[in-house]
Amino acid sequence: MATTAESSVNPEVLVTGGKTFQDVNDEVSLPLESFPTTRWWICFIVAVAAFFMGLILLGRTFMEGIGVWGLNQPMGWGTDITTFVFWVGIGHAGTLISAILFLFRQKWRTGINRAAEAMTIFAVMTAGLVVLTHTGRAWLAGFWLLPYPNQRQLWVNFRSPLEWDVFAVGTYFTISTIFWITGLIPDMASARDRAKNKFRKIFYTIASFGWRGSNKEWVNYEQAYLIFAGLSTPLVLSVHSVVSFDFAVSQLPGWHTTIFPPYFVAGAIFSGFAMVVTLMVMVREAFKLKNFITMDHLEKMNKVILATGMIVGYAYACEFFIAWYSGSAFERFTFINRAFGPYWWAYWIMACCNVFVPQIFWFKWARRSVPIMFVVSLYVNIGMWFERYVIIVTSLHRDFLPSSWAQYYPSWTDWGLFTGFAGFFFCCFLLFVRFLPTIAMAEVKSVMDQPKAGGTH
Amino acid sequence: MSSAPKKKPEDAGVVGFFDDPETLLTATAKVRDSNFKHFDCFTPFPVHGLEHAQGLARSKVGYVTATLAFTGTATAVAFQYYASKVSWPHIVGGKPFNSLPAFVPIIFELSVLFGGIATFVAMMAFNRLPNLGKKIIDPSLTNNRFAILIERPPEQEEDDFVKAPVAVAPFDPLAAEAFLKSLGAKDVRVVRDEGWF
Repeated sequence: MATTAESSVNPEVLVTGGKTFQDVNDEVSLPLESFPTTRWWICFIVAVAAFFMGLILLGRTFMEGIGVWGLNQPMGWGTDITTFVFWVGIGHAGTLISAILFLFRQKWRTGINRAAEAMTIFAVMTAGLVVLTHTGRAWLAGFWLLPYPNQRQLWVNFRSPLEWDVFAVGTYFTISTIFWITGLIPDMASARDRAKNKFRKIFYTIASFGWRGSNKEWVNYEQAYLIFAGLSTPLVLSVHSVVSFDFAVSQLPGWHTTIFPPYFVAGAIFSGFAMVVTLMVMVREAFKLKNFITMDHLEKMNKVILATGMIVGYAYACEFFIAWYSGSAFERFTFINRAFGPYWWAYWIMACCNVFVPQIFWFKWARRSVPIMFVVSLYVNIGMWFERYVIIVTSLHRDFLPSSWAQYYPSWTDWGLFTGFAGFFFCCFLLFVRFLPTIAMAEVKSVMDQPKAGGTH
Repeated sequence: MSSAPKKKPEDAGVVGFFDDPETLLTATAKVRDSNFKHFDCFTPFPVHGLEHAQGLARSKVGYVTATLAFTGTATAVAFQYYASKVSWPHIVGGKPFNSLPAFVPIIFELSVLFGGIATFVAMMAFNRLPNLGKKIIDPSLTNNRFAILIERPPEQEEDDFVKAPVAVAPFDPLAAEAFLKSLGAKDVRVVRDEGWF
């Protein structure tokens, strides 16, 4: 069965193995209806343990302040914002797949959109945790972030990109979540109608909102889905643009550039697709979904990784050119320092992982090799984390006054929190693959070769 | 939900099952052109062209979205102006109090937020979801089968010509069964509306 998935003679075959509609329900719902495997429990326990370690370190942060992360003057931002931008960036692939590819009628998206959207939501949740934590006193965050009538009679500063970020990320999370819930309704109904267990039946009945599959419902549903796609498309481009404004609107050399919004959006799609590949390779293997997430799907994602990786590489080069061409001594110094200063290793990790490693995807055999794409996707994840680290740390650590120059090294608390946040993400994702269908069954059925009247199915 | 109190022992209609979307499409077009005016189709996934075969109007969700999205735009413009110019005029970075270009990101985000939430609420409301009163007709309808339900019409109906409720011809389940069978339905039976629990 594994080898049937490798054929790519007809690019329109999105589900291989001669599956029927019944097979889609049976195979996708299998993990929902069976007891988790040992492998799942091991992953889950590791993720929960990491998350609990993160909670303990969060306690330490709250008791002692964010100085325990190794932050200093002038390094007010370190791995906290690096990790925030990293997770928000990963959160872009899901909406890109569910919205932009929907508008472009890319039918292959149906195999991966459910899991990619779930990844998006969990990544944005993780990013939200990180960014609330970095405020230092997270329990007071609403006080600073949200414009509400208060006793101080003050409002937030609507001219600040940090305030735009609150609205951008908040809107993005809300819209992605309701888009995802909307997409889940018909599949929840499928899970409900095949449930034998009483509790499962009640759970999925509630989650399906009592959906019956009437065509009068589908008409409204489909229009709503199209509108969500239309709304999410500019939204997904706006969110990382706004995140990049956090830097670009400031006046620091290395941050104050107009290339940041498109550069950040391309980087977000790049890292997001890498994370989708990392997760999909594991999901299709663990849950035997190779006929639904086929090699063709993976190859297309690898092409996206190659294309966006090239855009990111172009942005790196362009930044250097503009730093030289601007004639600004501060800009020139920042970029030379970025590549050859004390953080040269971080810069070259970033450049190697993001620009050089994905070049292997020019070869078809590499795009269609699971081990290669898995390793490349991990490299891209690492590289994209370092990209944000490089941007933040190298611009901050050389202040305008040399007397203020400092070095920044993340403390073990910082690394522990990073691991804890990753644990949170994987907890959510592991629970998702147990309780919800990882593949949008109704959507996959609509792109399958449909049985003909009177023929054999 | 609005149809939940209709708790009569009478059957809800006659349902006929089909195995593939193409037969369903041709059958639906024939039901549309027949005397059975009250009917609906049930499918596990959206079937292209079925809304035309069924003679359904375009969904109105988009109007709700547009209205609320523009409400979001207006809210963001008005609120940022009020907060930054009227309630707490405060110079930041030498910008004017009403620094409209700096308000654009939040104007955009709030438009999308209002529009998106409105889309979801409108979709649920138009579909009468959450639907507690009417159970699914058959579990296979979310799996691999398709169905046409010829519904029992209400006893009286508003007539467009006389502008008053007029009596509707009584429902003949046997005729509906025979008609569905003639259209190629594999399995035809009378169904009742039941609640979920």
